[in-house]
Amino acid sequence: MSEKSIIQVKNLSVSYGNHQVLKNLSIDIPDNKLTAIIGPSGCGKTTLFKTFNRLIDDTDGIKVSGEVLVNGENIYGKDIEITHIRKKMGLLNQRPTPLPMSIFDNVAFGMRLQGLKDKKELAAKVEHYLRLASLWDELKDRLHAPAAALSIGQQQRLCLARGLAVEPEIILGDEPTSALDPISTQHIEQKFKELKEDYTIIMVTHILRQARRLADYIVFMYLGEIIEHGPTDEIFNNPQQKLTQDYVKGVFN
Amino acid sequence: MNTRRKITSTFFETLMKLSAFLIVAVLLYILGTILYKGIPSLSWEMISQKPSAGFYMGGGGGILNAIVGSIYLAGGASLFALFFSLPLVIYINNYAKKNGKFVQVIRLIMDVLYGIPSIVYGTFGFVIMLALGWTVSLLAGIITVGIFVFPILVRSMDEVLRTVPPEVNQAAYSLGATRLETSVFVSLRQAMPGILAGFLLSFGRAIGDAASVLFTAGFTDNIPTSLTQPAATLPLSIFFQLGSPFEEVRNRAYAAAVVLTVIILIISILSRLVMKHFSKYIIK
Repeated sequence: MSEKSIIQVKNLSVSYGNHQVLKNLSIDIPDNKLTAIIGPSGCGKTTLFKTFNRLIDDTDGIKVSGEVLVNGENIYGKDIEITHIRKKMGLLNQRPTPLPMSIFDNVAFGMRLQGLKDKKELAAKVEHYLRLASLWDELKDRLHAPAAALSIGQQQRLCLARGLAVEPEIILGDEPTSALDPISTQHIEQKFKELKEDYTIIMVTHILRQARRLADYIVFMYLGEIIEHGPTDEIFNNPQQKLTQDYVKGVFN
Repeated sequence: MNTRRKITSTFFETLMKLSAFLIVAVLLYILGTILYKGIPSLSWEMISQKPSAGFYMGGGGGILNAIVGSIYLAGGASLFALFFSLPLVIYINNYAKKNGKFVQVIRLIMDVLYGIPSIVYGTFGFVIMLALGWTVSLLAGIITVGIFVFPILVRSMDEVLRTVPPEVNQAAYSLGATRLETSVFVSLRQAMPGILAGFLLSFGRAIGDAASVLFTAGFTDNIPTSLTQPAATLPLSIFFQLGSPFEEVRNRAYAAAVVLTVIILIISILSRLVMKHFSKYIIK
């Protein structure tokens, strides 16, 4: 691709002990689009994903080489402040993981870390982001209830609101709907469709139909390598590689 | 099911019920004994006054010195231990390499320290005191008992911090929180009920231990007004009264045991209420 993109991966390799999980990957992720990383279990899609916000650092015994550029800055460079990288990205996990505090405090958490103290402003912003995640009407009367008491679908939307509240440029979703019921899944998918106007969204999914429904751009991975990437239509309707063809047809999974 | 299997399961079920019954019976017997013997001697005078000159010969007064001394000592020691154990458990759970050598060694050391009898800590404290030229004092008692409950606190807090799901910490990291912010605002919050339970456990051990305070905090009929004065404690007060040739005094020992039990009961109920509050926030 010729246009510059927020996330660029250059010659990225990741190994765990003697096992090489990612093998010399390079890719530019398109801006303001929804990119889906697909591939069978164990293909390294979650690992690739975790290198974007350096949550991979949390794994013991992991070795990363190569570069991941965010806005042209190598996040594996020497003088990188890791918190600065991470707050550019909102993260949604497979299972929603609210923080052990109230609904309000969950959304306010990141903003408070960044030094926002004014109570009125904080309350206004919490409302804004809860509205953005379509939660405000459901929850406005119990903002101080524990987040743990919400349903799983609500928790995931709360995590979305919480992530958006730190004003990221990128939203990362690691199979964000895999633990949700169909209705909650619809909620999240709808949100993603709306949000991709303003954010660059990257999601890992093993649900092909979901990738087809939502994504503008597809990255297909197999055994630690990127086999093929391109616009959704091309990948699904006119894949260049035999492996991609088989995978999107559901020949193997 | 054939008869043999039926008999086996009935046998073990009976055994389980019997064990449960036995434990409850022993507990009730202990409580019954101290209440039966202690309640008649329990009076307002006993818990509101210091001992008079002839207290241990059947004279008037009470055990206020030991009540206050025990609370100072157990509270002080638990806080002292908490002050050092919190950073340690945060370090081994959120900073150090998981299950690395360092963490394993620390956990092993804590297990060893946990098993050392309190009289050894008392002797150790006494030796250090002599070396420093200190006399028996509340401070020496707090430090010694603090060291004694330190491994208890570390082990119980470590146990709960290990159960904090990594995803919860990662969620905080992904919002731009530093390791310290994550540890303090998120990990500790998630582990709070367990931490309180650990604190309660160490408070209970601290207030109930006689051996570690014998040479370090000493014993006095006065209420300490500074850290450098000796302090009385309930277990020693019970010990001295039980050794009296006068039955009246011996009965007051049981009353002191009732007071000790009630203090632990109150602390236990209070911390359970606080725990309940924090439990609601736990992410499963």
